[in-house]
Amino acid sequence: MNRIEEIIAIMEDVSRYPAKAIRESMEETGKEVIGCFPLYTPEEIVYAAGMIPVGLWGGQKEIKKADKYLQSFCCSIMKENMEHGMEGSYEFLSAIIIPAYCDTLKCVCENWKAAVPDIPLIAMVYPQNRKITAGVEYLVNEYKRVKDELEKISGKKITEKELEESIDLYEEYRKTMSQFVAIASKYPRTIDAKKRHSIIKAAYFTDKKWYIPLIKELTTELNMLPEEAFNGIKVIATGILAEPEVLLDTLVQNNITFAADDLAHESRQFRTGVSNSGTPLERLALRIAGNQKCALLYDEEKTRGQLLLDLVKEYKADGVVVFMMKFCDPEEFDYPIYKKELEAAKIPMLYLEIEQKMDSVEQIRTRIQSFKEMLTV
Amino acid sequence: MKESKTSKQLLQELLNQHYEEALEAKKSGELVAWSTSIAPQEFLETMDIKVVYPENHAAAIGARKCAQEFIDNSEARGYSIDLCSYARVNIGYMDIKESVAGNIPMPDFIFCCNNICNTVIKWYENIAKELHIPMILFDLPFNHTYEVPDHSVKYIRGQFENAIVQLEEISGKKFDYDRFKEVMKISSETAKWWKQASNEAAARPSPLNGFDLFNYMATIVCMRGKKEGLNLFKLWAEELHDKAKRKEGPWKDAEEKYRVMWDGIACWPYLSDTYKVLKKNGINMVTSTYPDSWSIIYDSNDLDGMARAYSSNYANRNLEFGADNIVKLVEDFSLDGIIFHSNRSCKLMDFRQYEVQRKVSRRTGIPSVIFDGDQTDPRAFSLAQYETRIQALVEMMEQKKKERANRE
Repeated sequence: MNRIEEIIAIMEDVSRYPAKAIRESMEETGKEVIGCFPLYTPEEIVYAAGMIPVGLWGGQKEIKKADKYLQSFCCSIMKENMEHGMEGSYEFLSAIIIPAYCDTLKCVCENWKAAVPDIPLIAMVYPQNRKITAGVEYLVNEYKRVKDELEKISGKKITEKELEESIDLYEEYRKTMSQFVAIASKYPRTIDAKKRHSIIKAAYFTDKKWYIPLIKELTTELNMLPEEAFNGIKVIATGILAEPEVLLDTLVQNNITFAADDLAHESRQFRTGVSNSGTPLERLALRIAGNQKCALLYDEEKTRGQLLLDLVKEYKADGVVVFMMKFCDPEEFDYPIYKKELEAAKIPMLYLEIEQKMDSVEQIRTRIQSFKEMLTV
Repeated sequence: MKESKTSKQLLQELLNQHYEEALEAKKSGELVAWSTSIAPQEFLETMDIKVVYPENHAAAIGARKCAQEFIDNSEARGYSIDLCSYARVNIGYMDIKESVAGNIPMPDFIFCCNNICNTVIKWYENIAKELHIPMILFDLPFNHTYEVPDHSVKYIRGQFENAIVQLEEISGKKFDYDRFKEVMKISSETAKWWKQASNEAAARPSPLNGFDLFNYMATIVCMRGKKEGLNLFKLWAEELHDKAKRKEGPWKDAEEKYRVMWDGIACWPYLSDTYKVLKKNGINMVTSTYPDSWSIIYDSNDLDGMARAYSSNYANRNLEFGADNIVKLVEDFSLDGIIFHSNRSCKLMDFRQYEVQRKVSRRTGIPSVIFDGDQTDPRAFSLAQYETRIQALVEMMEQKKKERANRE
């Protein structure tokens, strides 16, 4: 096994067994762990508090308890998170942060108080009018609140210096990831759609100080290899997240690879950096203000279609794959708008309606095969 | 002698006038806005900008049983069947532009306030994009705390100030602060009378047939900042008050046997079906969580108070408030039961319903049922299921009555 394979195997292991990876991180670092619900939470503040933020993006559990709180037409990530919380699989968390980006998140946050009373909740709201002064101030105040809550849990004050250092670390993470995905697109066989997903996902369950050097090493090692010839189909993936993994298997089997992504779970996390001016919390707030083209952040110009067109062009992609998380209102509202724009530009599009746990993926398999056939004719 | 009009007659006249004026304004080149239903209309009224409310219009289309055509149109363009049906109807209407339920002019800009849900942000973004028009957004953060926090008030106030600048730019007119003060006063007064009128239903029997709340709701949405609106709700409150004094119940031909609350929006396409099943069983819907959302009351010229009032509607409040609010309604309106509408369109209302139901049940002991429906999509409701659930509610309420009688 060469070093590239080794690092990929480590990342796959972390992604496949998140609880194990988190417990190992806790043991190695002696740090407490804070759960972070989708989509964006101030991980920098958590890290500055001397704790490890971990991402909670659902799972594959059969829903038995969450139905007590949520109707059937609720997005599967939120149902899974409720289920995991109620089942006790998050018991190692010192607290969780739930941001209210959408109506479902608002409700899940409220239900959490009753459903999982043992895990302290830090509720927060990100402003939608985030570019105006009042919006930036509001977010800074929300961050202060989160900071206070975290200090209560850890029992110690977070210093400005710790915040600055944490922001630097996260900037490094974002740069490292941006470089990785850019390089990875040149090695579609070594870094196929599924491996790419696992590598990016592993960041959610580990200490960034452990994770970043490995990704840097992986990127460097890849960069030393000659670019890989690829006769398959290169696509841009868009949506909340690209799961269940069996779909990625099907894509790989059909020789379809991700040239780049616009997934909330992946590139949307790291494609926007912090601002260089202001206090640490202002820098973080301005990062959100500058964050565009996400379905969960107000965008009156609806620039997502243009982003997808730009990505297609930049990466010479053959088409766009839409991972539509069923019952996700924000994503479902964006779709008709960018669909029209992609169709006008004659960009082939594959629409996959997904839930995290799917009883049958046969229909989707067929759709992926037809998409491939359509593009290889 | 000129005979004075009843509030019901006035209601219809005002609604007709509201739509006619907007269509007329559009024809003569004046600005028209589309607004969400609980937005700070004070700013638009001050600028004398005509407004129509897509939610009102979609509800009217639903009630005229012609929503399907519009829903089909938007779904054909990629709008998911799982999205809010008001949005699907409205987006379909933007293309079809013709309905037997009445027409509305296309907007010159969009006025959106997310105190009712975040879905409206996405829906209105799409309108703004499709029509290439500006959008003014009021982002009223969801209140995870019981009360509206001070930093939210400050943020909302900042957005009010920002919106004034945006409105001045869009209209090319100066914002008249004296007029604004007056509109604020009228709006609060109207809201007080609206609340007063709905509170009259606390009398036993209730002088109000609660489904009338749904009819009058269209007017509190669009007439809150106008003197005509104020007069209408004052008249309605007085009519109900007189009726209560005369001990008149909701119906001439039937007695009020049970008093219930309705949680959520009406099923507009089945308004009369849902009503008839209740009436047949002697059930009067005397109150609802939803109409109180327009009780937006604050002191004139108090922007902070206005910010707080707009963020205090139950949809934007935490679950604890939601439960307390219903417990209070149970007491104030002497309720026998609760009907929860699990409305496929409204995730924000639905996804707290189960826990609210449990909390209210524990604290009050009164029975309740949940039925599946939708505000405008006719496909998401089954009359048979609704009847069965109401029947179950009647049995539980009857049981409770017997238990009470035995104790006394």
